[in-house]
Amino acid sequence: MKEISLHLLDIAQNSVAAQASRIVIKIEVTSWNNIRDLLPAEDKKSEDTYWLVCEVIDNGRGMDPDFAKQVTNPFATTRTTRDVGLGIPLLKLSAEMAGGGLVLESQPMKGTTVKAYFQVNNIDRIPLGDIASTFKILILGNPDINWIIEFSSFKDKFVLDTQEVKKELGEIPIINDDVLDWIERTVCEGIKVVFGGVLDEVR
Amino acid sequence: MKSVEELKAIREKALKEISIRENENKTRIVVGMATCGIAAGARPVMNAFVEELNKRNIKDVNVTMTGCVGICRLEPIAEVYEANGEKTTYVKLDAEKARRIVAEHIVNHKPVMEFTIGAAEK
Repeated sequence: MKEISLHLLDIAQNSVAAQASRIVIKIEVTSWNNIRDLLPAEDKKSEDTYWLVCEVIDNGRGMDPDFAKQVTNPFATTRTTRDVGLGIPLLKLSAEMAGGGLVLESQPMKGTTVKAYFQVNNIDRIPLGDIASTFKILILGNPDINWIIEFSSFKDKFVLDTQEVKKELGEIPIINDDVLDWIERTVCEGIKVVFGGVLDEVR
Repeated sequence: MKSVEELKAIREKALKEISIRENENKTRIVVGMATCGIAAGARPVMNAFVEELNKRNIKDVNVTMTGCVGICRLEPIAEVYEANGEKTTYVKLDAEKARRIVAEHIVNHKPVMEFTIGAAEK
């Protein structure tokens, strides 16, 4: 995948398949101190770089511990049509190429969190890409799910919750063209405010 | 907050149009959006379908997504399901091809034969 936003589009659909009713997509630029506790011991290196942390958090059916452990293996999949599943292994690869990695936490019946972290200034870090378009398409394809997108950096914070939008809309469906356009524009603005000057690709 | 005001305005406008939008037997365009589809470029294809339909003010067509269709080497794939039960499978799409499908298939009811799976598999 060429963009982080494409990975997120892919990973979020695992949450949809897990029958989640609430899915949070969280993108954060943070300093090492704030995430070091979350990471496995072998990853505690390069202490002074900023890190881009992307998470997909769902309240879906989760995975049992045995399956969760082997899920970064491309040959682990719940699909019955064929024996490969590449979504998570590809994200792990992208993260590792940028000096980072992937952490997965899952509890049966409670939900799953996939967290990928990248060194912000690593030359091999793929760009954020078109996050707004990813978010719009996820809503369009799954309008009944409560989607929440969150950005944060040392500069600012942004949250968009489709439940709030729906409250405002009343009987108008969220997949109304003008509403989706508004969501796309608002997310674009959010990215600029939070990541402008923080990530090279955001101006 | 300014943007919430905007949302209210959108709602007012949408309320006036809502009667035209309620339409059973919609045509559906379903884009394959699994890992294989996304990596091959399905997102710009889906965007192109949505934008072209909006531009032409076509309200009776739903664009949605699905998982892996099973022929990953032909991604990006989109299926057009018409109200009469006809299904057309388009393969190896890009944004430009998606716009042509809207113009020729959706508007003029002539499937774009050269983009179909039948043509690709000859």
